[in-house]
Amino acid sequence: MSTTATSPVPGKPQQGKPEPGTTRPAADSVPAVSAKPVTWKVPVLLAVLGVVAFIFFGVMGPNQTAKFGISSSGDFFQLPAIEVPAFLGGIVLSVLMLGLAAYAVYLKTRNEASPGWLPIVFIVLFVAAFLIWVVGGARTPSISLAGLIAGSVTLAVPLVFGSLSGVLCERAGVVNIAIEGQLLGGAFTAAMVATLTKSPFIGLLAAAVAGAVVSMVLAVFSIKYLVNQIIVGVVLNVLVSGLTGFLFSTVMQANKAQFNSPGRLPIIDIPVLSSIPVIGPILFKQSVVGYLMYIAVAVVWVGLFKTKWGLRVRAVGEHPQAADTMGIKVNATRFWNVTLGGAVAGIGGSFFTLVAIDSFTKEISGGRGFIALAALIFGRWNPIGAFFAALLFGFADNLQSIVTIIGTPVPSQFMAMLPYLVTVLAVAGLVGRSRPPAADGIPYVKG
Amino acid sequence: MVRVLKLELRGITKRFGSLIANDHIDVVVEPGQIHCLLGENGAGKSTLMNVLYGLYEPSEGEILVDGKAVTFRGPGDAMAAGIGMVHQHFMLVPVFTVAENVALGAETTKAGGFLNLDDTRRKIKEISDKYGFDVDPDALIEDLPVGVQQRVEIIKALVRDAKVLILDEPTAVLTPQDTDELLDIMRQLKSHGTSIVFISHKLREVKAVSDTITVIRRGKVVGTADPSASTTELASMMVGRAVNLTLDKAPAKPQETTFQVKDLTVIAPTGQHVVDGISFDIARGEILAVAGVQGNGQTELTEAILGLQERCHGSILLDGEELLGRSVKEVLRAGVGFVPEDRSVDGLIGTFSIAENLVLDRYDQLPFAKGISMSPARILENATSRIDEFDVRTPSGSLAAGTLSGGNQQKVVMARELSRPLRLFIASQPTRGVDVGSIEFLHKRIVAERDNGTPVMIVSTELDEVIELADRIAVLYKGKLVGIVPSGTGRDVLGLMMAGLSPESAHADAAQADAAHADAGATSGYTPVQTSTSGAEGGDHD
Repeated sequence: MSTTATSPVPGKPQQGKPEPGTTRPAADSVPAVSAKPVTWKVPVLLAVLGVVAFIFFGVMGPNQTAKFGISSSGDFFQLPAIEVPAFLGGIVLSVLMLGLAAYAVYLKTRNEASPGWLPIVFIVLFVAAFLIWVVGGARTPSISLAGLIAGSVTLAVPLVFGSLSGVLCERAGVVNIAIEGQLLGGAFTAAMVATLTKSPFIGLLAAAVAGAVVSMVLAVFSIKYLVNQIIVGVVLNVLVSGLTGFLFSTVMQANKAQFNSPGRLPIIDIPVLSSIPVIGPILFKQSVVGYLMYIAVAVVWVGLFKTKWGLRVRAVGEHPQAADTMGIKVNATRFWNVTLGGAVAGIGGSFFTLVAIDSFTKEISGGRGFIALAALIFGRWNPIGAFFAALLFGFADNLQSIVTIIGTPVPSQFMAMLPYLVTVLAVAGLVGRSRPPAADGIPYVKG
Repeated sequence: MVRVLKLELRGITKRFGSLIANDHIDVVVEPGQIHCLLGENGAGKSTLMNVLYGLYEPSEGEILVDGKAVTFRGPGDAMAAGIGMVHQHFMLVPVFTVAENVALGAETTKAGGFLNLDDTRRKIKEISDKYGFDVDPDALIEDLPVGVQQRVEIIKALVRDAKVLILDEPTAVLTPQDTDELLDIMRQLKSHGTSIVFISHKLREVKAVSDTITVIRRGKVVGTADPSASTTELASMMVGRAVNLTLDKAPAKPQETTFQVKDLTVIAPTGQHVVDGISFDIARGEILAVAGVQGNGQTELTEAILGLQERCHGSILLDGEELLGRSVKEVLRAGVGFVPEDRSVDGLIGTFSIAENLVLDRYDQLPFAKGISMSPARILENATSRIDEFDVRTPSGSLAAGTLSGGNQQKVVMARELSRPLRLFIASQPTRGVDVGSIEFLHKRIVAERDNGTPVMIVSTELDEVIELADRIAVLYKGKLVGIVPSGTGRDVLGLMMAGLSPESAHADAAQADAAHADAGATSGYTPVQTSTSGAEGGDHD
């Protein structure tokens, strides 16, 4: 993204009509003030991580052979497991990482920014080295890669819905800190309604409505009454948490069968396709909520970037005055987008009580709304970016639990920190600076 | 073939609370004319146009399109009626492409609401070719120069079939060359049947392109004028009394050089060199005017001198003392008077009284304070004499400074800065947003300070002001000093320097362009005005 602006843009229009005798000064006659400076941040960060990887995963790496299973028993063809000598693997991968870091440093000395693929490849190598190190050092040095990935996707489902909610709100210019509250409201309502109606599907719909209602409160206070959006969001989280907690202990706990036994949404297994190794279970063996996730990501992306609706939403989030002068109703657009975002997050919340487990407990969302917020920023306010960011966080979450099971030398407390560590590193801007919509969080007052 | 449109505003009144911004204004825009609304800043021109564009609802009065009364509930209605507007601050989304900006609000779609940007691109190309705009539909707005962005705004209006185009202070952000091009574009649009409402307070431009001039003062129409009217006539209509537009200024008598800037570089937080190796000096009794299009390092230069910029290299010497690295307070105590470019943000505290604002730099010193106690009586006494001396129009010094008009606020800032013995006086945009009457006064005070033997540095983006005040002119472009030229340098040369050309090549180019213009017999906005007064044939067609 941050290429230097000094390079001439091909096809850039000449300024004005050529006049006799007036030569426009060439753009390169003076160093362009607008050139974005290349910082040391990425090269230094990569170098530090590379050295860490070399010392811990390489030099101090375990001597066992790490075994990664790829196929599960139900697959219609079997792939052999990958076996990697942990010590050698650690050395090779960390040397590759150091190479990439050196390349980034070299580019910086020539005042060029690292290409976008570089940190991504680095992350993949780092994660691979980390996996080999962890598994290689475990009591049973064997892990099912397919299970790890499938579990990551499952854990990522509420994060994806949460961050899509954020995308919908913030692209229209309203900061949504209330994702946590929307998830929790959705989870609670799904459990309650599904139990009462004895239909998880109605519970799913009810969850969307509940999320939308939480969002409407945010919308009304921040758009109509111009209350600080961060404050409304935080207050909403506390409010929903208190309200659901209170109803849980007074109503649900007393009579679990009547109010808190929603039953689960069925897992829909598409024959044949679901037996493809690794990707089969991820794509073709999901709950309704899981399939909805893929659909939602695609629909939001296409909607935002390919349709009239999306163009208007983005304009409202970037430059509301411009949208207004083009006859677009800024505050109405914002209101409906925030409401829609809430509904999406509500569906994500139903995952907790209709898919993961079949009952509601206090604080069941456990702060995932905030991780979703991080995924939104890491994914640069783009639905697809947010999706992959959420997958990364889901992966960290799942790895943490699996690794604890196979018994590694790393204390489980440290492994439990992993998802948050990844979040902090990611949001601190490993993959370049992210730019929020320009009018994000700024209320629009006409005139 | 070309549908024309007659626009009429009848008795438009717009009130904001007790303030009357427009008071029963009648304007008729005849089809195919360039109709200028001339008035000072704050006269109510922009309010009137926002009413016409549907952004404000009028408190009274009606708008007639082709004789029929219409009500605009929003810009959408105005656009549907054939009215387009180019705002003073562009209404373009910087991260969108040209095509996306043009499409916004008037999108053509394929089935299912999918955008059809190809259609928009085609329309942009058509208009671009017709008027020679040369705009790439797929360029990002933030990468485009201001002049091109303005053309995108015009395209936006034309795509929507605007028959009347409102241009609100369109030349405020342009270099003189871009301004000339814009005036040409306006004439072209007119020849294709588009009427233009041209809002401006710049007399030269108004005289160059207008067919009819309506003068607005304090929210009221004070009369109409013909473009053949003299500049002095127009100015006095605009201000409401006779004004002397040319400053009586004795030639400078420079004495010893006491202020020197050497290799000054200022680095912005982003790492850019916003001021890049600048060196100059100013002698006592001399005015150095710094010219340049806004945003070429002027703000940072003045702030560096005052001690407001964090990362500076080089040297700033006043009477042999280094100012760089000193705190703002120390710099002020060293005898630097500073008028910041935005008085409402950096020059005044709006909710404080005028009297308090007049001692902001000395509130803790004798005679205004003794120990920890201030002396309100002395502060008010000081205010009374300053208000008198600087002709600040206010009933009392204890009123909040924010209640004053722009011109009077500026007089308060100027009065404060000039009321202690100075060794250097810096004024940034000394007359921005100030009425013509006050400009005259402020300029005289600046010259008086020069004649007092103070080195004076003026920063202005208004070329008129630079030419008026300067003894020498320094031109900044992208943080670099393009050159320092004597005060008699031609406007066209200065304009080219403001676009980055060295003084030598600017001189050469200007001479060549003059010759070419003479050959073609074309009128330029800045050569003596030759626009015919009949209006029917005004402007040079292709």
